[in-house]
Amino acid sequence: MTPDALADGTTADGYLLVLSIIFPVIGILLSMALGGRHVERIALIFLLAGLAVAIAVFAAILRDSQLIYVVGNWEPPLGIALRADGVSAAMMLTVAVVICATGLYARSEFGQTDGKVSTRGSYAFWILLLAIWSGLNAVAVGADLFNLYVALELLTFAAVPLVCIKGYDETIKAALRYMLFALLGSVLYLLGAALIYGGYGTLDIALLSNRVQPEPVAWIAAALMTTGLLAKTALFPLHLWLPPAHAGAPAPGSTVLSALVVKGSFILVVRLWFDAMPGLLSFAAAQLLAALGAGAILFGSVLALRQARLKLLIAYSTIAQIGYLFFIFPLASGDSAGTPWANIAWTGGWMQLFSHAFAKAAMFMAAGLIAEALGHDQIADLRGIGRTLPVTIFAFGLAGLSLIGVPPSGGFVAKAMLLSATVMEGQWWWAVIMLVGGLLAGGYVFMVLGKALHANGPPALRASIPRHREVLVLVVALCAVLLGLVPLQPLEVLTIGRPEMHGNVLE
Amino acid sequence: MSSAALFGYCGAALVGVGLFGLVTHPEVLRKILAFNLLGSGVFLLFGVIARRGAAAGLAADPVPQALVITGIVVAFSATAMAVALLVRLNQATGQVAMSTDDPPLGQ
Repeated sequence: MTPDALADGTTADGYLLVLSIIFPVIGILLSMALGGRHVERIALIFLLAGLAVAIAVFAAILRDSQLIYVVGNWEPPLGIALRADGVSAAMMLTVAVVICATGLYARSEFGQTDGKVSTRGSYAFWILLLAIWSGLNAVAVGADLFNLYVALELLTFAAVPLVCIKGYDETIKAALRYMLFALLGSVLYLLGAALIYGGYGTLDIALLSNRVQPEPVAWIAAALMTTGLLAKTALFPLHLWLPPAHAGAPAPGSTVLSALVVKGSFILVVRLWFDAMPGLLSFAAAQLLAALGAGAILFGSVLALRQARLKLLIAYSTIAQIGYLFFIFPLASGDSAGTPWANIAWTGGWMQLFSHAFAKAAMFMAAGLIAEALGHDQIADLRGIGRTLPVTIFAFGLAGLSLIGVPPSGGFVAKAMLLSATVMEGQWWWAVIMLVGGLLAGGYVFMVLGKALHANGPPALRASIPRHREVLVLVVALCAVLLGLVPLQPLEVLTIGRPEMHGNVLE
Repeated sequence: MSSAALFGYCGAALVGVGLFGLVTHPEVLRKILAFNLLGSGVFLLFGVIARRGAAAGLAADPVPQALVITGIVVAFSATAMAVALLVRLNQATGQVAMSTDDPPLGQ
């Protein structure tokens, strides 16, 4: 992209990007102005509106291939631009679907209609859900490293209270731990941004891609920013905050946190290395990032196998599945950049992100229903729960297939693409890790399914679960499966706005 | 030594001290203070960059000052939230530090 191409300014449908960020914010302000009792209704209206905007953005990207909104008509480098490419649009759509499903799911726990008592928890939940959505959209369309910093902070500030919304002692501690990791991450990122501005006089990603040279200031800035972002992504070995945060969070909170929030900072890592500093991603740097990912896969999967609580098992599985995302760095960059296999790896990495978002959302929702029905989530006592909650366990199983990488599922497509890229690019060592990770994932998924489908039981239920909530979980799990119908080809939509990846279809 | 370099070194020292405190102290309030020290170092660095006029053709660059103001607001909110969580934790359990024996790894 040349600097001249940036001078185009706002595109025809660019206002959609602004709407995607301010719709949830308007919802929050209305909730505060109109008081506690209408929060759920307001939130549900704005969830629908946000979903419509996300679909409109996706359609506009397919049509026009890029959306730009120059805020206040001040061109970069002085002003700030919002830019959406194919990846942003796909991300926004995924976020919209998962948030809407979470909103519907949360109605029984945090609902205010049907004569339920309105509590502080329900008031806070709906506001935080909208705030997280706004933050995620701002991350998806941010085109300026400082603007992205603010977006990421908004995301963190909304995610931390969600962890301790129940107010138990241990959840406050978990939230504080998350907050401290996030503080360190954000300040390291800001320091890196300061160095980049000092070195190159802009923080606009497209302008930086032309200006950044492989030199000390860029290396140090990239290292600081990446470390900060990895702390927020919970990549091994900076994952320590994630399991306790999930242990006490309400099920809808865990859903959003695991499926979406940790992905926000991952997108930034990709934007940083692929978009802002494409010349800087050396072989060693890419291998290091992937090695951390490999560590996450092995460590997270093995610990998932050792958990006694279902929610913690799923949380450690998140740590493992995040690891796969980082294979995008060695496989889609360096010598192979621009080749069809790099293209495959790029698509595979993003497919992993989207399919994991749906699969993990379905898993946490299923775990929430199981915990509600039983009053606990000890894996050892799940014996025979499959008879009383058949649809929930079926959804859990479908989501699990996606995590393992069994066809037909989004996880299969993602892992097959990454795996074939490792082999074709001669980086077979990552293929070994991926295969071992798949086996371990199979281990912890079947550990739960084996107990759930046991002939003894079913255990005594504390509460009955209405069928429509089970079906909702199944629909989310089916989204993860439906992603598996994507052909094993580079996806056109994910390369929109990336000229170097066009026309590289396999022959 | 030019004043820009002097302020730059001061910023670097603050970042170093802050990072050390954030990583080594178990008490949460000290961690929060260290975070603020670290943040101050970063803001000072932004000031130095503004003085140098990094953007081409500007005698003194206004952009870093706008960034610093935003950064201070963000750091202030973060501090307020962390302190609020700490106060709640202290009221509930009497603790002021992150204990080292958790998170539970094996269970």
